[in-house]
Amino acid sequence: MKSYLYKVWAIFSKDVRTELRTKEILSAMAVFSLLMVLVFIFALPGKLQEPQDVVPGLLWIAFTFAGVLGLNRSFIIEKDRGSLEGLLLAPVDRSAIFLAKMLGNFAFITIVELLTLPLFSLLFNYSVFNLGLLPVLLMGTLGFAEIGTIFAAMAVNTRAREVLLPVLFFPVMLPVIIAAAQATSAVLANRPFGEISGQLQLIGIFDLVFLIVPLLLFELVIEE
Amino acid sequence: MADNVILRATKVTKSFGHFAVLKGVDLELQQGEFITLLGPNGAGKTTLLRILATLAKPTSGAIELAGIPLKDAKASIRGLLGVISHQTFLYEDLTARENLVFYGQLYQVAHLTERVNELLARVGLERRANDRVRNFSRGMQQRLSIARAILHNPPVLLLDEPDTGLDRQAADMLQNVIRELATGGEPRSIIMTTHNLERGLAMCDRLVVLAGGRMVREAQARDLTPENLQNWYYEAVNSRNLKP
Repeated sequence: MKSYLYKVWAIFSKDVRTELRTKEILSAMAVFSLLMVLVFIFALPGKLQEPQDVVPGLLWIAFTFAGVLGLNRSFIIEKDRGSLEGLLLAPVDRSAIFLAKMLGNFAFITIVELLTLPLFSLLFNYSVFNLGLLPVLLMGTLGFAEIGTIFAAMAVNTRAREVLLPVLFFPVMLPVIIAAAQATSAVLANRPFGEISGQLQLIGIFDLVFLIVPLLLFELVIEE
Repeated sequence: MADNVILRATKVTKSFGHFAVLKGVDLELQQGEFITLLGPNGAGKTTLLRILATLAKPTSGAIELAGIPLKDAKASIRGLLGVISHQTFLYEDLTARENLVFYGQLYQVAHLTERVNELLARVGLERRANDRVRNFSRGMQQRLSIARAILHNPPVLLLDEPDTGLDRQAADMLQNVIRELATGGEPRSIIMTTHNLERGLAMCDRLVVLAGGRMVREAQARDLTPENLQNWYYEAVNSRNLKP
């Protein structure tokens, strides 16, 4: 187990180090997220007076679309540069590769979310800083990273990989996005925690299922 | 001799849809032996090497590495293999040292810092150890790729056209490094694919020709000369009604 986690850490820290150097994934996601916020501002001018109605949904739309960009790149970069095969040649359990890649995606998406939140707050003049939002964001993002990582791995070996990922990903991710948006709306409206427990349970089940299933099946997904 | 076999492929086939790339290949690699695998484009050389390297699964047939069937083996068995390809498997945005340290962590190499320093010196890159790989020439990348492949001291090396894209000088340097690997220190078992007949003959103990997904001819290197090699090879390839 120690050796397994050591290898997960090695792959994760390599991904973080590479990304901090190139900023390929983070910059694409952050710029896209910023552009989406600006589009929302201009597309929904009437809603600026009632931001509580639209901000929770728009937040998750921005996270989702920006996140898909990052998910796509996480395996494409490895595949196009031939280094994915280097990973597959190593005496590393395939599930460790999934876990490391998923944790990397989780970290990158979380960073972009932390950059996007103040923008929403500023431009919609509506505070989204609420501690109750933390579990919603973390659990929703975890589900996003898990589902996205397994589908990104499936898509990377196909010709239309950039198109295929959203087509595979969104239908499966939809319950998590809806539950996360509803929970965000309740938290920002300062409704009691009991009101969001149903949504958190749903997201939690997704998080658990999409952690266990890919760990078991990743070998079949990533191998030729 | 049979118990001296370190890598054995038995009746290996591989199909992509209805297209059969390998049609029942049998190959045995003895400990310390160097096999050069020749064949025209599309013969199935790379597919065979990918299967031996565990990167692809055969449609049928069996592979044994050190007596263990690959289909039953755990991930750790891949530690017995080192693979060098025309793709370097390196991370361009990491330095030479960082690449080796990363792979060393995956292979859990003991005394990693010392081993990395030793290999960087061995492939002549110690002065560029802290430069990013994207700034390296193709030849330097390929030398670093050799260091990556032998970092964990594997008993079996699989080389898939390692000299592709190299100029003459870099290819000669690569040949010297590979020859040193084959003969120096602990004996390694090597399978190399190449289109360069003379280079392949000069380095190996045995030549095997693959054409149309089948092994069509083999010979000991000592039984061939650079002069009769071409005829020997083209006869084998033409026997499968394939143009070289």
